[in-house]
Amino acid sequence: MKKLGNPKSFSKTIFSLALSAFFAVGVSAQEAVAAAAPAATAAAPATGSGDPVKGKELFNTNCAACHKLDAKMTGPALRGVGDKYDKEWLYKWIKNSSDLIKSGDAKAVKVYEEFAKANMTAFPQLSNGDIDNIIAYTMEVAPAAETPKSATGGTAEKSEGGISNNLILGVLAFVLGILVFMLVTVKRLLKNVIESKGLEVAEAPKGLPFWKAFVKNQFLMVVTAILFLLISAYFMYGYFMQIGVDKGYEPIQPIHYSHKIHAGENGIDCKYCHSSARVSKNAGIPSLNVCMNCHKNIAEFQGSKDSTYVEYTKEFYTGEIQKLYDAVGWDKATQKYTGKTKPVKWVRIHNLPDFVYFNHSQHVTVGGIECQKCHGKVESFEVMKQDQPLTMGWCINCHRETNVKVEDNGYYKKIHEQLSKKLGVDKLTAAQMGGLECGKCHY
Amino acid sequence: MASNKKYWKSVEELNENSSIVEALQSNEFVEQIPVDEFLGDKENLSNSSTSRRDFLKYVGFSTAAASLAACEGPVIKSIPYVVQPEEIIPGVADYYATTIADGYDFANILIKTREGRPIKVENNTSAGAVTGANARVHASVLSLYDNLRLKNPKIDKKEASWNDVHAKVKASLAEAKAKGGQVVVLTNTTASPSTDKLISDLATKYTNVKHIIYDAISDSNALDAFQAVYGFRGLANYNFANADTIVSVGADFLGDWQGGGFDAGYAKGRIPKNGKMSKHIQIEANMSLAGANADKRIPLTIAGQKLALVKLYNAVTGSNVSVASVGALDKDVEKAAQQLKAAGSKGVVVTGLDDFDAQYLVLGINLALKSEAFNPSDAKLTRKGDAKAVAQLVADMNAGKVHTLIMSGVNPVYTLANSKEFVAGLGKVKLSVSFSTKEDETAVKTTIAAAASHYLESWNDVAITRSNYSIAQPTIRPLFNTKQFQEALLSWNDNATPYYDFLKGFAAANLGGKSWNQAVHDGFVVTAVGNVAAQAGNFGASATKLSAAKSNGLDLVLYSKVGMGDGQQANNPWLQEFPDPITRVSWDNYVTVSKADAEKYKLENFNVANGGLNGSYVSIKVGNATLENVPVIIQPGQAAGTIGLAFGYGRKEALKDEMQTGVNAYTLYANGNANQTASVTLTDGEHEFACVQLQRTLMGRGDIVKDTTLSIFNKANEAGDKEIYNPTPVVSLDHKEVAATSVDLWASFDRTTGHHFNLSIDLNACTGCGACVIACHAENNVPVVGKTEIRRSRDMHWLRIDRYYSSEETFAGDITTKNSSEGLTGTISTFQELEDPSANPQVVFQPVMCQHCNHAPCETVCPVAATSHSRQGQNHMAYNRCVGTRYCANNCPYKVRRFNWFLYNKNDEFDYHMNDDLGRMVLNPDVNVRSRGVMEKCSMCIQMTQATILKAKKEGKEVGKDDFQTACSAACTSGAMIFGDVNNAESDVAQLLEDDRMYHLLESIGTKPNVMYHVKVRNDK
Repeated sequence: MKKLGNPKSFSKTIFSLALSAFFAVGVSAQEAVAAAAPAATAAAPATGSGDPVKGKELFNTNCAACHKLDAKMTGPALRGVGDKYDKEWLYKWIKNSSDLIKSGDAKAVKVYEEFAKANMTAFPQLSNGDIDNIIAYTMEVAPAAETPKSATGGTAEKSEGGISNNLILGVLAFVLGILVFMLVTVKRLLKNVIESKGLEVAEAPKGLPFWKAFVKNQFLMVVTAILFLLISAYFMYGYFMQIGVDKGYEPIQPIHYSHKIHAGENGIDCKYCHSSARVSKNAGIPSLNVCMNCHKNIAEFQGSKDSTYVEYTKEFYTGEIQKLYDAVGWDKATQKYTGKTKPVKWVRIHNLPDFVYFNHSQHVTVGGIECQKCHGKVESFEVMKQDQPLTMGWCINCHRETNVKVEDNGYYKKIHEQLSKKLGVDKLTAAQMGGLECGKCHY
Repeated sequence: MASNKKYWKSVEELNENSSIVEALQSNEFVEQIPVDEFLGDKENLSNSSTSRRDFLKYVGFSTAAASLAACEGPVIKSIPYVVQPEEIIPGVADYYATTIADGYDFANILIKTREGRPIKVENNTSAGAVTGANARVHASVLSLYDNLRLKNPKIDKKEASWNDVHAKVKASLAEAKAKGGQVVVLTNTTASPSTDKLISDLATKYTNVKHIIYDAISDSNALDAFQAVYGFRGLANYNFANADTIVSVGADFLGDWQGGGFDAGYAKGRIPKNGKMSKHIQIEANMSLAGANADKRIPLTIAGQKLALVKLYNAVTGSNVSVASVGALDKDVEKAAQQLKAAGSKGVVVTGLDDFDAQYLVLGINLALKSEAFNPSDAKLTRKGDAKAVAQLVADMNAGKVHTLIMSGVNPVYTLANSKEFVAGLGKVKLSVSFSTKEDETAVKTTIAAAASHYLESWNDVAITRSNYSIAQPTIRPLFNTKQFQEALLSWNDNATPYYDFLKGFAAANLGGKSWNQAVHDGFVVTAVGNVAAQAGNFGASATKLSAAKSNGLDLVLYSKVGMGDGQQANNPWLQEFPDPITRVSWDNYVTVSKADAEKYKLENFNVANGGLNGSYVSIKVGNATLENVPVIIQPGQAAGTIGLAFGYGRKEALKDEMQTGVNAYTLYANGNANQTASVTLTDGEHEFACVQLQRTLMGRGDIVKDTTLSIFNKANEAGDKEIYNPTPVVSLDHKEVAATSVDLWASFDRTTGHHFNLSIDLNACTGCGACVIACHAENNVPVVGKTEIRRSRDMHWLRIDRYYSSEETFAGDITTKNSSEGLTGTISTFQELEDPSANPQVVFQPVMCQHCNHAPCETVCPVAATSHSRQGQNHMAYNRCVGTRYCANNCPYKVRRFNWFLYNKNDEFDYHMNDDLGRMVLNPDVNVRSRGVMEKCSMCIQMTQATILKAKKEGKEVGKDDFQTACSAACTSGAMIFGDVNNAESDVAQLLEDDRMYHLLESIGTKPNVMYHVKVRNDK
């Protein structure tokens, strides 16, 4: 017991070494993040009497649908608009642009023609003060562009928890190496001690080697063989049963679409895009015109880098949006459809065999089942994957356990009354309604 | 009564010593598994060095290899729309109302589309629609996806652009105008007012343009007769629901007579109500669908029919045209004439005789009767062809008078009897154009083969009857570089308006107040029409002419089958495989002869060892035309001295090899007359038929069909005892006879909760038309197996329509027959008749599909529980679970299970629609396509019942009483098939289940089926 003191103290030093290494790395990682944070967030108003804070608010409610500060959208980019036009003209234009155009104002006609003769919505409700505020906001100096982290955005490393796995493994290997070194040193030391004292080490009596003894013992052999067969049968069964089960299937898609950003961060309802899940057997992959409902205005990734949901660089995400534009044939510069389309070939993840009939609307609309029940927490998936096994046993289990949503549904009224009387239960599972019959899913 | 009769499906069964019938009765599968077929022929098999051990090695290796290969899942791509059309939701069907008008079939229909693909034809059930979609109309959706369609316009057999085509035609038209050459537009009956307008515009622009209408199967004589009485070209319309006594002289009005579509009205009067039903007497030569449904059928030659018509005329009008006896059956004809007279305005006469006087006389008789069923005011406008004008055209062409010939929807090189002259004439025409969906016999001979759009790709307007104005709308974009005829006419008229706009403008005047959108949505507009006045006519003169009719030689009666029609859909595998309702032969046409004539000419039909039917060949000579190698079918009920032959077969161009079946009857269609005098000679060889009549026999169980007479039926109803005509079978329990329904081997489940589906089939209303068979094919992805497989009893039809012949064969029946005969001639003929049951049998049609037994014999024998019962009454079949033991088929008493002997899709051995990408577009995505080695059978359209339930659930309300449908019940226009939920007391089936006429098939074996039948009642008055 006494001798134990030394090794323990040694392992303590190793542990503290590892800890200090951990912290060192953690600190350096934090420093790096801090260094890369946007340098300028505050900018003073350059000119004008308006209040840029109020202006921002007004801009976002009234103007942002068609204008951006730094990019053309339905209307022109508005940064520095106060320099281009005089205030009186702007008042007139914003309050009623079409009058201005009709009056033959040269500037007005020019803008009108540049933007495909689309009239700007009139805002008679805005006071001159409001417009001043908005102009003040547009006159703010643009924040300095963020320094790109790396040129190859797509391969950005994941850095969860600040320390990579490699580092931890390295530390562990280092500790192991020291231990081995110590062991060798101790053994050599002992040998030296024995030699120096002139002692002989007694040879152990040579019995049968362990494996020979094992082979000679028939009972052990039989038990082992049975165990071996059972275990291999277990693993074989496991192996064969997972054939064709694609749980966790996470293919690379032609466009990196992040459900985490759309459904998670932005809270878009699943059925906004997968609208046919309500009415059809197919949930449907949304057609690209659905994407364009929003992405007509969202041409670049707008999340900030420190948001928890961002796993790639801004350039990467913006690049993916560009892929959408290429597919749907949208020219960002002219804000027009070119007519050249390139359908996106998504890789299908949830595949049921042809002999299975599954109807989304039955489950979503009638059953009121959350999408997440079968598809997992999609709002947390950066890359979409198959969350559940989609095997028949899995379906059947759910049908056995889930109560049918009979409330407020005229269809079920009579059947529910009759069946619950017959079965003596209040709630009915799908199985009790006949949801386990072969022909309900196979025809 | 019911059980006194002997029922038989084939003449072979009447032969007591037939070993084949015996073999078929005891064996479920006629042949052994054809091991040698997939392992090579027998010789190779015995010579091969593959030992059993080697075989097992290969099996072991390939199984292991296959399972290893299966570990890697395929990557499946999913491509959504870039811009999704508003009306399309993937997975949800859209329906469009449109109208078929292919020159032979005309009907208001709905087209079911999925993801933009038309996949099924449904009846347009809105009030006022012209329904009556027959088997061909249901199959027409597959013709859209015909891979052998003309995909590009061609000039001199080389693909060309439409601009070149238009330029060439316009140049020719201009040249014709300049040189005074004649331009002829030869079309089928388009019945399209807008097309007529476009053609008349063409005539205005280029002058000297003549429009000739040509019907491949002509109703020219009937049209002439109608025109003579009413002053315009049309065909009288009939509503048989208003008739108590129907006398048909050679008119197959339940088939294709004058465009068909009469079965709904007919069936209404056929269901006995308050002791009454209509009386139908059929005087005809060929056994037709109408004849098969008749209460009394009088087989007569053409001359005999003409005499009979005069007798009817005499009786009804009281005239006294002297007319000879029709022979042994004179008494029956006289009786029919008296019954018709007695019926007065509740009587009606129709005729299919291809003779002006006969058609004219019938109009006279109906006018004299003041028949309520006769409706000339709402005349049918779907036949307008003029045989004389066509004959004149051929003469003009050969005389070099025709400069430019423009054809649309016609195929005269195939359908004209004087086709050779026509082809010779084509050579003298400067420019010939044929608008056709196929590069058919005519299109290969014309300068320009113009690729026409299918009707499902076209806009059109159709006036089916005087009161009907229908709109046809496209349900899919043209699949190929095709244009419809009307668009071309607009181009030639230098009219830049698209046809859609032209049609919209043109139709405005005809919509009777409906908006254009509403009219397109409904598919038709009904307008009120005034009565038409009959001009006074000399019907007596026609009667006198007819009374001189005499037979000289064999009468050849050319007819069209409900399957093939005029032959324009000959490349449609569904129609080729559709068994003829009467002969049950598929993939063929043949000459039908009576038994007496068969003996006279030494013609035979016989069954070979595997149950297949073989027959002799004859050559038929009409005038100078001879048709060689025509196979013979001995048809019970065929009038002695007559033979029948169906149109529509024997085509060669633009047809897959398998579809080039039968002989071309048009070659004998001299002067476009369906009644010809012919002679036949026996030639060498044997023809192998693909006939399903002996397959799946009764297995000695006669009580599968029940029929009775109206007098017995009424008597029983008075006595309140249905057992008289619809006896409940008895079984022995404890050595006592008890009703079979009271004994049960199994414990029954409570089936009162939820839905419980039943299908009711009324044998009185079923005309055997077969629309349900094709509808079932389309809905359930039933494969086509081809002629050789059908011959081996391997048809895949989920729904078959059995045709039973019956004759009063019992002693009691004979005595009644004998006692009722009168006079010397009567007695002799009666005895002759008694001797030969197949001379004039009665016919029953019985649609049989899976009976969905509550105590199903198939379910208990399945070793893997692949077939099981649902509480909704349907017998489920899980294909993926089936291992193909075929025990279930062996144990099924109704013989409704079908085994997939081969892979029928994507297999070059079965080169039908499922073997090409285009043909597969017709498949119903909601129904599995079965693979090799599994059983399949009618599912009672579970995909449709489930969809109906889901719809109700989504709407949160109970299912309506008429909402449940199956493909067959929806296709049935006669109301014979009614489907529904018996747990809903309001539904029709729940009431039908309580009907006295109701019986289940083979009740004695206690299967408790969910399909019920209603005893056929014949009006014996």
